[in-house]
Amino acid sequence: MDTIILLTLTGLGLAALYFLVASGLSLVFGLADVLNFAHGLFLGVGAYATWWAAGNLPGAGGDGFGFVVAVAFGVLAGTLVAVLVELVLIRPLYSRTIEQVLVTVGLSLAGVALLQATWGADARTFPRPEWTRQVTNVLGANVPNGGLLLIVAAVLVLGAILTFLRWTRYGLVIRAGVENREMVTALGIDVRKAFTLVFAIGGAAAALAGALGSVYFGTVSPGQGGSLLIFAFIVVVIGGMGSVVGSAYAAVAVGLLQQFVNYYGTSGLGDICVVGLLAVVLLLRPQGIAGKVATA
Amino acid sequence: MTEVKSPEVPAPPAAVPSELTPGGRWGRVRPFLPLVALAVALTLPYSTLHLPGIFEGALNEPGTLQLLAVCMVFGGLAAGYDLLFGRTGMLSFGHALYFAAGVYGTDILVTKAGLPLWQAALFTITGGTILAALIGAVALRTVGIAFAMVTLAFAQVGAILVARDFGGLTGGEEGLPLDVSGVPEALVGVTNTVNLYWLALAYLVVVVFVVHRVSGSPTGRVLAGLRDDERRVGVLGLDPYRFKLVAFTLAGGLAAAGGVVYCLIVGGASPHITSSELTLSLLVMVVLGGPGTRWGPVLGGILYMYLDHRLVAFGASEAVDALPAFLSRPLSQPLFVLGAVFILAVYFFPGGLASLAPRLALLRGSLRIPSRGR
Repeated sequence: MDTIILLTLTGLGLAALYFLVASGLSLVFGLADVLNFAHGLFLGVGAYATWWAAGNLPGAGGDGFGFVVAVAFGVLAGTLVAVLVELVLIRPLYSRTIEQVLVTVGLSLAGVALLQATWGADARTFPRPEWTRQVTNVLGANVPNGGLLLIVAAVLVLGAILTFLRWTRYGLVIRAGVENREMVTALGIDVRKAFTLVFAIGGAAAALAGALGSVYFGTVSPGQGGSLLIFAFIVVVIGGMGSVVGSAYAAVAVGLLQQFVNYYGTSGLGDICVVGLLAVVLLLRPQGIAGKVATA
Repeated sequence: MTEVKSPEVPAPPAAVPSELTPGGRWGRVRPFLPLVALAVALTLPYSTLHLPGIFEGALNEPGTLQLLAVCMVFGGLAAGYDLLFGRTGMLSFGHALYFAAGVYGTDILVTKAGLPLWQAALFTITGGTILAALIGAVALRTVGIAFAMVTLAFAQVGAILVARDFGGLTGGEEGLPLDVSGVPEALVGVTNTVNLYWLALAYLVVVVFVVHRVSGSPTGRVLAGLRDDERRVGVLGLDPYRFKLVAFTLAGGLAAAGGVVYCLIVGGASPHITSSELTLSLLVMVVLGGPGTRWGPVLGGILYMYLDHRLVAFGASEAVDALPAFLSRPLSQPLFVLGAVFILAVYFFPGGLASLAPRLALLRGSLRIPSRGR
């Protein structure tokens, strides 16, 4: 019984990580039709900025309140990079989808190489607060605190994004834009401001995923974002492009499936099952669990 | 879609492809340039020429020939990928899978199953083609960006299978060196690198020939139609799904064949060829060269692989080391340089290398006109 609880909670931790990456991807894709390969870069920037801040920024550190400051710095850095990327690289190519994808591909190659050039290709130990290394006893199962932290963060982010989308004016613009961008533009609203905003939200969530994911894994390396990104893509497709709630459901399904199959089957089988799930969902319901039709 | 045009409106004249317009002095020579390039490629192994800075040793040294062979395999791969991206408009992110299937298929069949090379190659290419047909049949139910993501996911399965080393077949992270006892002697050893060079050249020629024949055929015209306006092709009564599946399968088969050659050249398989990064670099090659053009992708592929190899030496050179750290460190990363060049290419010369010549001609022309007016 406690094995099942442990697997469920660690699976949810994984799901939380996927959701943090996928929510931004999904919004960006739903609104701007950009498949953002540079999203892994935002994650890497967040992780490395947190790592750097914990060692070098005055007031920040690896423990207690200092760690909160370090994570805040990482999230800020990720947000800034995302906004810069949108303003400088994506915006001039407005509505030229393929070129935008190509630019983000180039950016993901160059950005990861830049991280590697600056901090080396090897994984670095991540400074993490003492309590995240310990375990909490939940119904007889010893669950790592790092995973619980991820779950709490993901739930908070989900709540924040949903509140923002439901109750603010810009949230309304974004929701309308996902549904029909031309109509929003025709009503005289500058949808491009919403693009920047969505990139900022996605960059912040990805940077948070980078920082907390590094706490969970204990290390940080330049290629980390890339491998997470592929599963985040899968989550986005299963959940339905442009739907944050759909991403959350899909992340939970993918995380749990992966964790359970990897434990009870051979290691690696879970990853393959996830792709199988993707194929099944696409064949039965091409538009994903929720959200607009993915075939566009 | 709803606008009604009166039938009297004359259709705009079809754009003549740039390679058909006579371009002055060069117009007469241009059709023969590929033959000249082929002749140069055929004489290279007999030349002891030293090109300092471009290659480390003389042209006929094994190291140089191997680099050239790898470049040519990737030139062929890029040409095959262009059949999907440039000529049919399909953005596949999983093309590395079929290449990796070719490399690992040959390697496993020769090393683990002990088959002779020609049988292994035959089985591998057939298997790779069938794999492409199966995956294409599922993935092509989606279009556009969703198609890109689905192909990416399938390629990821390949990467996981290789990395997790099921049944000890693939050697996991370490890769699997090729057992040369099943390979003909003429293809083994440093002294026989020249034969591998011939093989790579033959592969490149075959791929270019196939791609040109296909794109010149009626099927190729349908593929170009799919790229430009898929719905219209559907309205004309042709099934887009079938034509796209044909292109996808053919490109997959060509990539698997490239994998066989690559496996022989580098003498084994390593897991990095299954990574999505390889597909991304194929995309970079095609876009740098010029998607949908006759020679652009081949040039792009050759140039990319050459730079990828040589930029390592460039990054370690004294000229770069002398620069301040914030410049020299990024410059020593080939992927940083290539990624940055790629972004610049997307912005400033979208047609790739192949569009440079007409653009420069245009520039020259516009510079000449004011001087004539004076």
